Amino acid sequence: MRFSGLRVLREGLTGNKGWTPHWRDPEPKAEYDAIIIGGGGHGLSTAYYLAKKHGLTNIAVLEKGYLGGGNVGRNTTIVRANYGMEGNSQFYSHSLKLWEGLEQDLNYNAMMSQRGVLMLCHSDGQRDAFARRGNMMAAQGDDAELLSAQSVRQMLPYLDFENTRFPIYGGLLHRRGGTARHDAVAWGYARGADQRGVDLIQQCEVTGIDIENGVVKGVQTTRGAIRAKKVGVVVAGRSSQVAAMAGMRLPIESHVLQAFVTEGLKPVIDHVISFGMGHFYISQSDKGGLVFGGDLDFYSSYAARGNMPMMEHVMEAGMTLMPMIGKAKVLRSWGGIMDMTPDGSPIIDKTETKGLFINCGWCYGGFKAVPGSGDAFAHLMATGEHHTAAAAYRLDRFRIGAGLMDEEATGSQHNLH
Amino acid sequence: MRIDCPICGLRDRREFYYQGAASMLARPAPGTGVDVWDDYLHLRDNPAGALEELWHHDAGCGSWLVVTRDTRTHEISKVALAADTKQAMGALS
Repeated sequence: MRFSGLRVLREGLTGNKGWTPHWRDPEPKAEYDAIIIGGGGHGLSTAYYLAKKHGLTNIAVLEKGYLGGGNVGRNTTIVRANYGMEGNSQFYSHSLKLWEGLEQDLNYNAMMSQRGVLMLCHSDGQRDAFARRGNMMAAQGDDAELLSAQSVRQMLPYLDFENTRFPIYGGLLHRRGGTARHDAVAWGYARGADQRGVDLIQQCEVTGIDIENGVVKGVQTTRGAIRAKKVGVVVAGRSSQVAAMAGMRLPIESHVLQAFVTEGLKPVIDHVISFGMGHFYISQSDKGGLVFGGDLDFYSSYAARGNMPMMEHVMEAGMTLMPMIGKAKVLRSWGGIMDMTPDGSPIIDKTETKGLFINCGWCYGGFKAVPGSGDAFAHLMATGEHHTAAAAYRLDRFRIGAGLMDEEATGSQHNLH
Repeated sequence: MRIDCPICGLRDRREFYYQGAASMLARPAPGTGVDVWDDYLHLRDNPAGALEELWHHDAGCGSWLVVTRDTRTHEISKVALAADTKQAMGALS
């Protein structure tokens, strides 16, 4: 089944009775060429690119819950490539290019909306850092515009410019950034992978990884043992536990990050805006809700819910930046469990076990990475070689002292992120 | 979340600063090699369940505490002074 304008029109006129399920619900086979553990955004995109680019179709995605039920469904849907930092910048640039062709590639409406991402600066030093970042982004072929305070004022008159503590000095505008419909991204990749023969197996929890003489042989699951020559672990938030099944300890702590959405309002915020001093970011969904978030809770947590002190902190930052949102009613909040690495950057690498690969450590920024991560991980699993865009995401970089500082630049210590 | 500081009593979570797993107290000797230090500085057990962690009562008495907390429910089963824990570790070794 392909989507087209004509098809949508025809279904609309005939009661929408012709739509069929987007993917099959197969029984797990006894053996596959490759298994992906984790049916989230990154796992599904890995399966899709393995099938599409590398012709590997005898593969299965194993998901303990339902497809897209993890962090791809628990984020603030922001897509951007405004890092300007060696190692990360190239990767997110690659990922954004994949985002730009995603809907055509998948024949699926992911509601990709390049509405622009504006990062505000509040000091001379921060403005200088943004100028440098913008130059690096432009030098590698991406877009960046440094805006003066006056330009920002014309664009977003509703911000509190005269704030005595954090006056707005200007901003770095990245027009190609924006948002996408998070669930649709997972569904589009799932459908694309399924159409190429990938078995998407839900309600199938991996309980063990079979390793013989340092070579992976398959996995144990709640639906029986499944053999495979290659196994990829993509289970953000639970990476430590799945890796422990293979006898590994990872440079990861799991933390919760909260996000919030208000009642539906008339269109008021046209962009994604981030408040550099408060680590607050906000956009408005196509349905009208203001979607916003802030810092993580700063202590290890597997409770997929937030805490009140951080909720208060985020609301304060929002009110400081744009007092007009004070009357909007918050409808709900949610929390995602994230892998926090010491440097805030991800890991896409082989492990010491032959045939076992790991993709983890996406910290608070996994959503925008979904296409790039899947592409790079599929490349690594299929060819054994690192994808050039993700070549810096090595597992051993902390041991050898080659950590990649992320954009928060808070240092190589877990709890500082 | 409230933490029962052995010196100050039950206090709001906002009075405390989180440092991470209490394995940090077991600092390796200098010269024990890259792998031991990598393990100490970067690798984590990261359990979904009971975890011993270091909290600093920075807006209170200034003590470092070893707090045993369930990372799934935030239920705290034990709070001890890190100084006592460190002393006990020294007595063991």
